[in-house]
This record gives sequence, structure tokens and C-alpha cells, in this order.
Amino acid sequence: MYPRAFDYVAPETKQEVLDILAERGGEVKVLAGGQSLIPMMKLRFASPGTLVDINRLSGLDSIDIQNGHLRVQALARHSDVVRSDVVAAENDAMASAAPWIADPLVRNLGTLCGSVAHHDPEGDWASVMLACDAEVVAESRDGGERVIPIAGFLVDMFTTSLQPTELVTEVRVPRYRRGGGNYQKLERKIGDYATVGVATHLELDDAGSISNAGIALTSVYAHNLKVTDAEQALVGNAPSVELFAEAARIAAAACDPTSDVRGSAEYKRDVVRVFTERGLTASLAAAQG
Amino acid sequence: MTTTQHHHAPITTPEVGGIGHNVRRIEDDRFIQGAGNYLDDIVLPRMLHMVLVRSPLAHATINSIDTSAAEALDGVVAVVTGEMLAGYNLAWMPTLSGDTQAVLATDKVRFQGQEVAAVIATDPYVARDGAELVMVDYEPLDAIVNPMQGLEPDAPIIRDDLEDKADNVAYEWEAGDAGATAEAFATADRVVTIETHYPRSHPSPLETCGVVADVSPVTGQATIYMTSQAPHAHRTVFALVAGLPEHNIRIISPDVGGGFGNKVPVYPGYVVATAASLVLGAPVKWVETRTENLISTGFARDYYMKGELAVTAEGKILGLRVDMVSDQGAFYADAQPTKTRAGLFHIVTGSYDYPAAHVTTKGVYTNKAPGGVAYRCSFRVTEASFLIERLVQNAAYELGMDPAEFRKRNFIQPDQFPYHSPTGFVYDSGDYETALDMAMDMIGYEKLRAEQARARAEGRLMGIGIASFTEVVGAGPSGEYDILGLKMFDSAELRVHPTGKAILKLGVKTQGQGHETTFAQIVAEELGIPATDVKVVHGDTDNTPYGLGTYASRSTPTAGAATSMVSRKLRSKAREIAAHLLEASPEDLEWEVGAFHVRGSPESSVTIQEVAFAAYTNHPPGMEAGLEGVHYYDPPNMTYPFGSYIVVVDLDSGTGEWKVRRMVAVDDCGVRINPMIVDGQIHGGLAEGFAMSNMQWITFDEAGNCIGSNFMDYLVPTAWETPRFELGETVTPSPHHPIGAKGVGESATVGSPAAYVNAVIDALAHIGVRNIDMPVLPDRVWQAIRDHAE
Repeated sequence: MYPRAFDYVAPETKQEVLDILAERGGEVKVLAGGQSLIPMMKLRFASPGTLVDINRLSGLDSIDIQNGHLRVQALARHSDVVRSDVVAAENDAMASAAPWIADPLVRNLGTLCGSVAHHDPEGDWASVMLACDAEVVAESRDGGERVIPIAGFLVDMFTTSLQPTELVTEVRVPRYRRGGGNYQKLERKIGDYATVGVATHLELDDAGSISNAGIALTSVYAHNLKVTDAEQALVGNAPSVELFAEAARIAAAACDPTSDVRGSAEYKRDVVRVFTERGLTASLAAAQG
Repeated sequence: MTTTQHHHAPITTPEVGGIGHNVRRIEDDRFIQGAGNYLDDIVLPRMLHMVLVRSPLAHATINSIDTSAAEALDGVVAVVTGEMLAGYNLAWMPTLSGDTQAVLATDKVRFQGQEVAAVIATDPYVARDGAELVMVDYEPLDAIVNPMQGLEPDAPIIRDDLEDKADNVAYEWEAGDAGATAEAFATADRVVTIETHYPRSHPSPLETCGVVADVSPVTGQATIYMTSQAPHAHRTVFALVAGLPEHNIRIISPDVGGGFGNKVPVYPGYVVATAASLVLGAPVKWVETRTENLISTGFARDYYMKGELAVTAEGKILGLRVDMVSDQGAFYADAQPTKTRAGLFHIVTGSYDYPAAHVTTKGVYTNKAPGGVAYRCSFRVTEASFLIERLVQNAAYELGMDPAEFRKRNFIQPDQFPYHSPTGFVYDSGDYETALDMAMDMIGYEKLRAEQARARAEGRLMGIGIASFTEVVGAGPSGEYDILGLKMFDSAELRVHPTGKAILKLGVKTQGQGHETTFAQIVAEELGIPATDVKVVHGDTDNTPYGLGTYASRSTPTAGAATSMVSRKLRSKAREIAAHLLEASPEDLEWEVGAFHVRGSPESSVTIQEVAFAAYTNHPPGMEAGLEGVHYYDPPNMTYPFGSYIVVVDLDSGTGEWKVRRMVAVDDCGVRINPMIVDGQIHGGLAEGFAMSNMQWITFDEAGNCIGSNFMDYLVPTAWETPRFELGETVTPSPHHPIGAKGVGESATVGSPAAYVNAVIDALAHIGVRNIDMPVLPDRVWQAIRDHAE
């Protein structure tokens, strides 16, 4: 690869990273897994002045339960999520999505936090996080720690509300008592971006009615799309085939895909409908299982 | 007549490792230990690095090129433009199809990615920085992005560099008999038609193309390391293009990381680097990026085909009519024999016996990358095989027949060989029904048809697709086949050293096919020298005999035959030497692989190794010393490998996705020299066929921007999505090849795409679907289902 020239620093401590971010701000890119950043630099689509490699930081690679949340720290790799017993026990949507992220090689280096912070509109994790009402935790030298709800974090494609001086340290999702989730993805081959991706999450009350619902879509809008209308159509109702079909219709109507080599807009919209139904059915089975 | 057998019992021991042994690939020791030597591994003292500046536009006039900022950059040694090359008469070069191609554009650019300038610097990073500083002022022109557009009467003329060129037609060519075909159609009960586009794909070898050109300003010696499938032919082309004396040109093709036809053409980068090295007096390296390889080097396919089959109500084919329009890109640069203009596409009559066929073809210039290389294919056989195999399946549907039964009613029968096809080929040998029966047996065809009936009743979609292909490979007989006048023979030189070890030098060049093992095994078979005692040398024009190179499944049919023949020459001489040693007459000696003995007294014998030693220490008086020779083999005919493939798919009607449940491939490539290597070749081809049918194409937007310029968009399947393959074999030797082999490198790429596509169509045939163009993407399947919904 032949990127433009750049400075490379690899600090040992988080404080040093935050110092560099505070001092150099906008010309800095943080390197965690590098699975999106490095290809962009290789093609000279991105040319950061300074690359801050955070891989030498310790204590930043956990996936665990903290304060009622399932927490994924900045250096936890996709493959750690795939293998995590905590994720398998705690969050079906994440467990379902993890094996669909890129390919095994990318998963061994790429990180969930990096994927969310990169906010490629075709990224899978952001949809899962929107469906599960995640929060992003960021730190800066002068501002300390900031907790940002995912919907407020994801601004537009490749744009987030993260400040140039801030480092994403973790992404976390609330625990749930009785629920289930799922991720459906259509890809042309392993490692491909989704043609269509649908994340679903359901929580049930003691009577078996839907108490909380999350639906979010990948690759069918200018950014990952949380379909609030479809979620609201579900909440308070007993799950049924008809109800799921109605939510799927709302999701299909809400998306705005473009026609490209992956398929026509009409096709993608119909796959959103098919996947939303399949995802909700699988989520319910997981919740009841 | 042919004989069919199912196993070739080796006549040599495993230690000798002749024909029929799974000798482990000798070359793999260095590859798996990281000791290969690829183009980019070559580093020479004072070597400079070159990067090409490429056009961002598909069609535009060049107003001016400003190189001053690039030249001012620290580390940049030179910036080369077409205007400078014109001073050496090098701004244009000939293509392998006799057209011309711009080396660096002077007048206008004709495709996105076209070479416009070259920046040469002391390191590759600086060269890239410099390339960004070359300012080219373009005046955009309307782009032609498909051949139909190019044929419109008011279309802009792409090749205004050609004198008096008033249209965008690159060639027109036909084969067969129009009159006889018209008669056949007049008497037909039914005419079955298909129109389909075989999309543009790319061979995409994992190693991209590159060169290290080292021209000595003192001696004029040009040593050119180059990713080449055909080093000798390239040497001659260099001599003709650059005007360098041919004895001063040495092409070295080092280890090559895949070719698949992509490394047959001569590319502008090779020429510019060589000219730059000549002028600068230092070695110049140029290695493409992945994107450069995909957007500018030899693409494949891009045939728009219409096929019509005339049939009787009883299911007999009477005739075939094919009209094809090819998208050639900006320069007509197919690597193909001179006498045919659409390669060997007229093999399109396939495995079936009927009296009449007529094939018309027309190539059209478009604003796309040039080429039309045969991607793992013998000169357009892939497109031909696909068309006829799609057509016979549709014919079966129209007649209400099973597609297997329809094929069997029309196969050329074993006693019809040598078979004269209606487009002029003479098929050497074949037994098509036996191969199809074996495939049907392996997959359980009847059971699957029963399951399909049940599945349809349940609303589940599954399909069974067949392809019974015949290839024509091994170009070829000198009377018919040449490239730029160079006859398509090939050669082998064999030297047996005093200690009985041997060195075999070939005019062909492996890109991963395993020549260093397979060709050693031929020597082992013929002389009894263990394959591991034979070193195979290839790819260096100063040290190998002349040959046309490796592509079109031609190495075994040509150089393999040459190896066999040169070995037999040495065996004849060895017999004379042995007679001298045994004090017998040569006629009284019997040959058992590896040794001669006196007839009737087996204890009186000498080994080939003893003979070799004597050839240098105790040769008969009056005989030339040594045990070496060379053979140039001019094949009497092409060879015709064939096979039957059957694919079973399950289809998701919600998303249009299809998954291969099973894939059975029965191949007949004649005698198999190394069965393990043959299986590997077939696996690779089946995977590439799957890629083309399922996911792979290079497409363009209306402005001529290439969609598919990297491996995110140009899809190469991994082990994850590649189906599992089940292989079977029949062996019908070639009657004219010295060891009965036919060539196999491309059979599976040629035969399998139709099998996959036929399976998907078969899953939807009951609702009336008859065609989905490749790649059979989920959205196309989904659309076909919608279009045929009640």
C-alpha cells in the first residue's frame, strides 16, 4: 500500500492518547483495528496527518457486565464478540450479528467500537446498536467522560457527534429480563457489505406482550435507520404473525434504498419486509425460548 | 473409434512417478515456505519505481498535460508522456489481434483508467505522490458503454485514430453454412431461441501485472523481468515494437502468481518501463495495484449472444444459428489465433450431432478497457459452451422432455469420431453419454427429479442443472493456428546429465498449473528417470527453446507432446548406447521403463542412469557424445476434452438467493498425467464458474465509470461460499497425442457456468422462466419470479 505520508504514534497510556487528541484534534485518526481506515488510506481516500495507534493500551479490551449494561470496550475485536459467552447469554441481536461482520480475517482485528465510530452507513453494528438502544461512552482530556445515546451519536453517513478531541472507550447496551433479538443480512459473499440488513430486538412482559421493541435497517437509507413507527406498532401488543407483518410493512415503507449493482430499490425494499418478518419471528422464538 | 477406460494403471513405480501417479507438486516446497520469487520480489541495484497516471474519464480529448509540478517533486526522476514516446515511435503499439493500442494517450483517452503519463521516482511512495501532481486538462466526450450504443448511426467514433474509420465496428466474422442452416430451420417443427449476455469478467490473478526492465546503456542488453504467460512471444513482440535486436532481449518470467489469460497481452506499462530504463540507464520497476489490474488489463467475455435451435417434435436438433455482438473496449486486443476473429467461438455447436450451423459475429469498440482475453478458456470456448448448454435445456422444456434425455438423443456417438462439425472442427475423440450417465448416477438424478416434483407441490424451489460440454484446446496445428504470424507449435529440450539426472527446458510457462511436476512425470514415464530427478526450467527466453506460452489449455497438448517426443528421441539414442555396453545389437534389446535388457536374458541389462553415464564417458565410436535433444511439436489436430456436470440448487423465494446443494463434475481430459493436479485444476475451474454464475461481473455506469475496480466490488468467492465438489472421471485418450492427453486447465471454467445457471432456471422453469443473465444475482431471481407470478 502507498498512502500519503503521515505521522504515527503508539502511546502506552490512555492519558497520552487523550493528550494527542487534545493537541492535534482534527488531523488525528485513531487506529484500533484499522479494517476500514487502512484501506481508505491505501486508496488515498483518507489521509490523516497523524495516526494514533491505541493497540498498546491495556485494560481496554473487555466484554463484560457493568452497571446494568453489557459493555464492549474499544479494543474488543469482532471475533471476541463472536466468541463471548457474556454476549451469547445477554444479547441475542449482538450474538446473531457478530458472525455476519465482514470475514474471519477482518473480525480478528476490527473492533465493534471502531465500526460504530466510523459510521459507514452500510455497517452492521450500528443497526444492532440502534435496535438495542445502546450508548456510546467517550472520553477527552478536558471534557472527561461523556455518555451519548446511540441515536444522538450517529449523525449522518461517516459523521458522528464525537468531538475531534474525544476517544470512544466503550459501547454498551442495556440488559433485559425477558427478550430476544436477531440480525438478518443479505450479502453477495462473505466480507461484503449488506445488500440489506435488519436488526430486531423484542422484550416481553410477564403476560407475554411486547414491552419494548427495536428495529433498525442497514444499507437501505443514507444511514443506519431506526424504524420508530414500526417499533411503536409492536409495543403493547401480543406478538402475532399479523402484527409482525404490519411492522414489516412499516419498515419497508420507511426505508429509501437506491438501485445499484446489489439490486433494485424495489427489490431491497421487499427484502426489508421479508427480513423484518423473519427477524421478528426469530426474536420472539429467542425471547420465548 | 475411441476406447473408454476408467483408470489408467501406472506402468511406473511410485518412486519413478510417471503418468498416473499423484506426485506431490515439486514446486510447492518453495511456495509454501515463502521462497518463491515473484516479480515484486525482484530488487536490482539503482532500481527506480514507476507509477502510471490514468484517465479518470472514459472518453475525453486531451487538451494539455502539465508535468512541471510532478517533475519538481523531490525524488521524481522523470515524467513520461505519450508525446515523448512518439519521438521514439512508441506512442502506439500493436495488439495481439493486429489492432493498435495507445501506450500513453496523446490525442484522447478512450477508457477510464487508460494510461496517460508515467512518473518515475526513487521510491514507490514518491512516484505515487508525483502522479497526483500531473495535471491533465481533459475535454469530456460522450461515452459509449455498450456495443448497441456503439452501433447506433450517430454514435461518436471512438477510434478516430484509425484512418477512414467511420464506425465503431472492430471486426466481423462468420463460420458455418448460412444456406444449409436456413434449410434446416425451414424444415424444423420448433425453433427455440435464447438471448443472453455473458457479462464482462476479469481473470483477476492474485498477483497483479508488473515488470522490472533493466536495459544496459553500455551493451544494449535488455533484461526484462515480466509477469508473462508467453515469454518467447513477448520477446518477439518487444523486438518488433521497440526495434531492439531480438538477441539482446531476454525476457524472464519469474514465479507467476496466477495468469488465467490476464498475462498473455503486452501492456503499456511494460513498454513504458522498458523505454524509461533505456533512456535513464537504470532498472525501472512497475507493479500494478489491484485497482489498476481490474480497470485496465485484459478483461474477458462481454458477449451478447442470440442462439436459435431448430428441432423436430421428436427432439432431434436439425440446426443452430447464432448471432453474437462482442464488446471489445477501446482497442481490439483479444489474444487469439489470426485466422479467426472471435476466437474459437464457432465450437458453439457443442457435443451434439446435426448437419447445419451458421455463426455470425461482430465486435464493437466501446469506452471500456481493451482486451477480450480468454479467461481460463481456449479462445472464447467458454461463451460458446454456455450458449449451447443453455439452449438445449430450453429446447427440452419447450418439447416437454427431460433435459438429460434431450441431450442423449442428440449426442455425437462414439463411433462418429473423428467427427466433422458443421463449423469446421474435427473432434478427435469422445464418449459423451458415458460421462453424463456417470454424473447422473453419482448425483441420483431420478430421485432428485422425484423430489423436485414434491417440492413444487409444497411451494419449495429446487432445481437440477446439467452441462455436457465439449472444448477445443491445444492450439494448434501450424496450418491453422498462429498469433501475429507465429505458428502455435511448442517445444521441449531435454538434457540427461552423466549421473542420470535431467533438466527439461520448456517454451511454455506455468502460472501455478504444476508444470514442474507434470512435465517431469512425462520424462519419468518415457525414460524411467524419477520425476524428482528432473528439473523443469521455463520462463527464461535465454535458456529455453521457443514456444508460444501457456494459455488455452495448450501446454499439455503441445509442450507435453514435445516432452514425450524428445524423451523418445533420447531413448532411441540410449538404445544405441545400451547395445554398445551390452555388446548386443540394438534390435535385440527390450525396454522396460528405466532399463534395457537383451531379449531372452534379463540379467544382461543396463539402467537409463548407466546409459547416461556412458553417454559422457564411454559412448560408441562414431556417435556424438551426450544425451540431449530438442523437439518442436506441431500438433496434427486440436484436442477435445469434454464432461458432464450436474448442479442441484435450493432457492429462497423471499430473497432470490440460491445455494448449491451438490455439484457433480465428470471430466474426460484423456489420459491424466498427475490425477491430483488434474483434480486441483477442476476444483479451481468449478469455483471460477460458480463465481461468474453467482456474483462476478465488471459493470459500468452511463459515464463509463468502472464499477468493480477492487475486491469489494469485483467479487471473488472464498472457501465460505464455494460449493463442495464431487468429481468423477472417464478416460477417452486423444488418438493423436503421444500420451493420449487432452489438456484440462480450463474445462471446469468452460463447462460449469451453464450447469449452475441451468439449475437456477430449472428451479423456476415450471413458472415459465427461461433465462436470467449472469451473474444470477438474487435481485434478478426475485424479479424473474415476480415477472412470472400468476
